Amino acid sequence: MEAEAPQRLTRIPKEQKGPSRRSRLGSTLNYIVLSILAAAWLTPLAWAVDTALKPESETTITPITWDSSNFNLGAFKEVIDAGNILRWYGNSALVSIVVTAGVVILASLAAYALSRIPFRGRTVLFWVILAGLMIPPQVLILPLFAEMQIFGFVNTYQGIILPQLASALAVFILKVFFDGIPHELEESALVDGASRLRIYWQIWMPLARPALAAVAIFTFVTSWNYFIWPLVVVTSTNMMTIPLGLQAVQSAFGVHYAQIMASAVLGGLPLLVAFIFFQRQIVEGIANTGLKG
Amino acid sequence: MEVQQEVARAPATQLSKTRGGNRWRRDLTGWGFMLPFMVVYALFLIWPVILMIKYSFTNKSLVGTGGSQFLGFENYARLFSDPDFWSSLWHTVWFTILSTPPLVILALIFAMLTNRVIRGQWIFRFSFFAPFVLPVSVVALIWWYMMYSPGFGLIDGTLGRIFGSSSSLASIPWLTSTKTAMISIVITTVWWTLGFNFVLYLAGLQEIPRELYDAAAVDGAGAWAQARWITIPLLKRTTLLVLALQILASLKIFDQIYIMTSGGPDFSTRPIIEYFYDQGFTSYRIGFASAVSVVYFLIILAASIAWFVLSRRREETA
Repeated sequence: MEAEAPQRLTRIPKEQKGPSRRSRLGSTLNYIVLSILAAAWLTPLAWAVDTALKPESETTITPITWDSSNFNLGAFKEVIDAGNILRWYGNSALVSIVVTAGVVILASLAAYALSRIPFRGRTVLFWVILAGLMIPPQVLILPLFAEMQIFGFVNTYQGIILPQLASALAVFILKVFFDGIPHELEESALVDGASRLRIYWQIWMPLARPALAAVAIFTFVTSWNYFIWPLVVVTSTNMMTIPLGLQAVQSAFGVHYAQIMASAVLGGLPLLVAFIFFQRQIVEGIANTGLKG
Repeated sequence: MEVQQEVARAPATQLSKTRGGNRWRRDLTGWGFMLPFMVVYALFLIWPVILMIKYSFTNKSLVGTGGSQFLGFENYARLFSDPDFWSSLWHTVWFTILSTPPLVILALIFAMLTNRVIRGQWIFRFSFFAPFVLPVSVVALIWWYMMYSPGFGLIDGTLGRIFGSSSSLASIPWLTSTKTAMISIVITTVWWTLGFNFVLYLAGLQEIPRELYDAAAVDGAGAWAQARWITIPLLKRTTLLVLALQILASLKIFDQIYIMTSGGPDFSTRPIIEYFYDQGFTSYRIGFASAVSVVYFLIILAASIAWFVLSRRREETA
């Protein structure tokens, strides 16, 4: 940052000279093009909100208009009063929180051992986990469902949650992170007679906080948005998560456009709000893990 | 102080005296740490893979208690002569071919434009990335009902306001015609997932030193020349990564299509995942559906390994 400052300063006088007008024109043009693109990108969301606020009778008129004689929250009220969406929020929150906590704990324990404890068999285990990275979860839906039938977990929270805990990717990301921390820390703690569990908990977990946060955020978003597995394992409306429930929403309301859009807006809201708060972490998390992979 | 240290050290020195015991203890600790993850991993990843392979050689059904018979390679023989298998596999490949170029090229362009902005960059980052955090059903509902509806959907409606509502452009049946359904799915997917590639590119761009551009500007290189000779060559690594991740993601297409068209009209958009989903959960043919998943898995595996080998080789030569 500090190194950049003088550079910016030296650029100012240059811009006042000859080519400055061209570059200023370029950057204005750049702003205009980008603003149009950004507006276009947000338009579908704006249209959804607009429709949700209209009275049902005005949602399908042509020629279309963004205006309405009576903007109101009636559609939202009806969707919430119908009850299902709150139940789905609850299911989604429960599932995503348990999955996130579970993945962070299980994966960090495994990643710590793979990175720091030279036990026999660790190379084999690492390759077994690495191989798991190449298995898309979608291909396993049939045998997993058969398994859930055997365990009696069809249409239960365990059934939705358990398969999501086997995240090879989380182990891999955390192991790479642990590998990058100097060995001396570990050794001096061992010499002091601390147990491995204490070292893991008191030294590594605090050190790994940024990596753990990235893994946690991703696991949460992925789990909240996970569609295909809940579609397979959930068989009743009251066990549905948000993505699954919304997909069936038109059968609940009939084709009432304002209410369907109100459900969509409500379904998208929690993560949009979370994204506004965690924008930096989410964006950096993608950039770091993605670029390393 | 000294006494305390002595005491703390005692167990460690004792252990290193009996080297064998130390080693066993280390093994035990290591496996102890691995155990919770490995149990879940074995039960919900390794075992299903084995089950899938096993089922693919049988005529197992989802219903009925009748034991399944061993069929050998019959399921595989049958699926390779099944036109529905080939057409759904083709839809997945076709979707990948259609969606990958815009998702890579537009993401690069958006990122390059955004990277030039100094003040207010976060607004653009937010606009392009926001759709990516939405659940697929939210995206699908918005596009299905309010963007693609013939006549009053935003696209047809806007075209109608420009060309008159009686124009044929004002009633394009986006999702219900075999001609436009796949394109519509691609457009929705580009809107939804572009943000991910955009962020990867933006991170790649920020690693390019500004001095390079300043030097180029002094030499009289315009914006286009800078993009052509500095940005794009230096982003090669990022582009390879984005391309690989995008191809793998596109090959997994299912959710949007399942919600928006259910694979229709007339099965013209049904991807391979929906094909084995249908075979398994609608027709209850777990054995046959497992064989389809195995073949699909091998295709994904081949693509991943190809990427792995290629990127390794690049790193070695670099």
